[in-house]
Amino acid sequence: MSHYTLDARNSLCPMPVIKTQNKIAELQPGDLLEVVCTDPGALNDIPAWCRINGHRVKETSEKGDEVAIVIEINAG
Amino acid sequence: MSQQRKAVALISGGLDSLLAAKLLLDQGIHVEGINFYTGFCVEGHTHAIRKKDKAKPKRNNALWSAEQLGIKLHIIDIIEEYKDVLINPKHGYGANMNPCLDCKIFMVSKAKQWMEENGFDFIITGEVMGQRPMSQRKDLLPVVVRESGADDRLLRPLCAKNLAATLPEREGWVDREKLKDFSGRNRKPQMALAAEFGFEDYATPAGGCCFLTDKNYSDKLVDLWQARNKKEYELDDIMLLKVGRHLRPAPHYKLIVSREEGENKFLKGYKKQFSSIELTSHNGPLTLVDGKLSDEDFKMASRIAARFSQGRDADMVTVKITGPEGNEKTIEVPPMPASEIKQEWYI
Ligand code: SF4
Repeated sequence: MSHYTLDARNSLCPMPVIKTQNKIAELQPGDLLEVVCTDPGALNDIPAWCRINGHRVKETSEKGDEVAIVIEINAG
Repeated sequence: MSQQRKAVALISGGLDSLLAAKLLLDQGIHVEGINFYTGFCVEGHTHAIRKKDKAKPKRNNALWSAEQLGIKLHIIDIIEEYKDVLINPKHGYGANMNPCLDCKIFMVSKAKQWMEENGFDFIITGEVMGQRPMSQRKDLLPVVVRESGADDRLLRPLCAKNLAATLPEREGWVDREKLKDFSGRNRKPQMALAAEFGFEDYATPAGGCCFLTDKNYSDKLVDLWQARNKKEYELDDIMLLKVGRHLRPAPHYKLIVSREEGENKFLKGYKKQFSSIELTSHNGPLTLVDGKLSDEDFKMASRIAARFSQGRDADMVTVKITGPEGNEKTIEVPPMPASEIKQEWYI
């Protein structure tokens, strides 16, 4: 299990979702991915994408203008 | 037991693609969605920019559709490849800068490529014969089939009964009798079917699925190309066309004046790419300047920017002009009276 981070700051939805999707394609089940975004829309869109594609959102947080979403990768 | 067939559905986020996919799911077909992001899609970002929209729930309708259907959705970035579709559409533009027919052909051809790479059997779209003037005219539906290379692996469940049987129907993967014969602009059959399936709260975009069907947006794009003497763009250019008031007081420069706090914040992100004008004596918008300006031009631009600030009625205001490298200059100018702002400056 490895922990990765993805910087999706300054890109607008759906780009953070696309970047997350493409990064997850390279990861293994059990890996954790933390995505950092500045578009608050990502707080809805990334969890929605995870739900339909079978991954689990472990945690979301907001700090200033940034939001962070931690995803646990499943087999999908 | 016969092999379960797989279909890739073009999911735009609108009702038609949702219904088309649902009809096939109900026939036991394995469906996965594909959604293409051109940079012009109505989905997503604009509500992230404008603060006034914040009260509305933010939702990406393509993701919402997939969730309703319980299918996977693959969102594909086609920003780069789409440039050629928009800049050189073989079949021309629609009422505005929307190259709908070429766009459809391109998206179906990309879906075909995805289908082949992922071992899927056919493609479905939510097209309805005669619904849209450009891409869904009866005589044009075969053009999409032919030029995309999808041939008879392209099934349109909402109007299939009006068209020749496709491979999935002929092979018996899909029961043609359970498909629909919708046609024309009347949306009632789709709404009735949505009610039958229990879909509520679906998106009903006016016009089309992207900003290119919007006249104001298209005018700004044409202005951009004219000013640059070239039909070209980057993602940042087309994002900026969605934000703020755009004014061109002279052929060689344009001003983008934010309209509220959310836009202000968004435009701030571009201060390293453009010169900017901000008032220091009064509250006011951030204005980005696109072009090469003389000192006189900057004075005029500052007077215009001041017009949209709380200092509009003051005799003089102080503005700070910041270059892309961060070099700053402060000047004092009288705000331009409303009567001097020419209507034709607005793009
Ligand atoms: S409205 Fe836009 S996205 Fe939809 S078919 Fe036309 S050009 Fe393509």
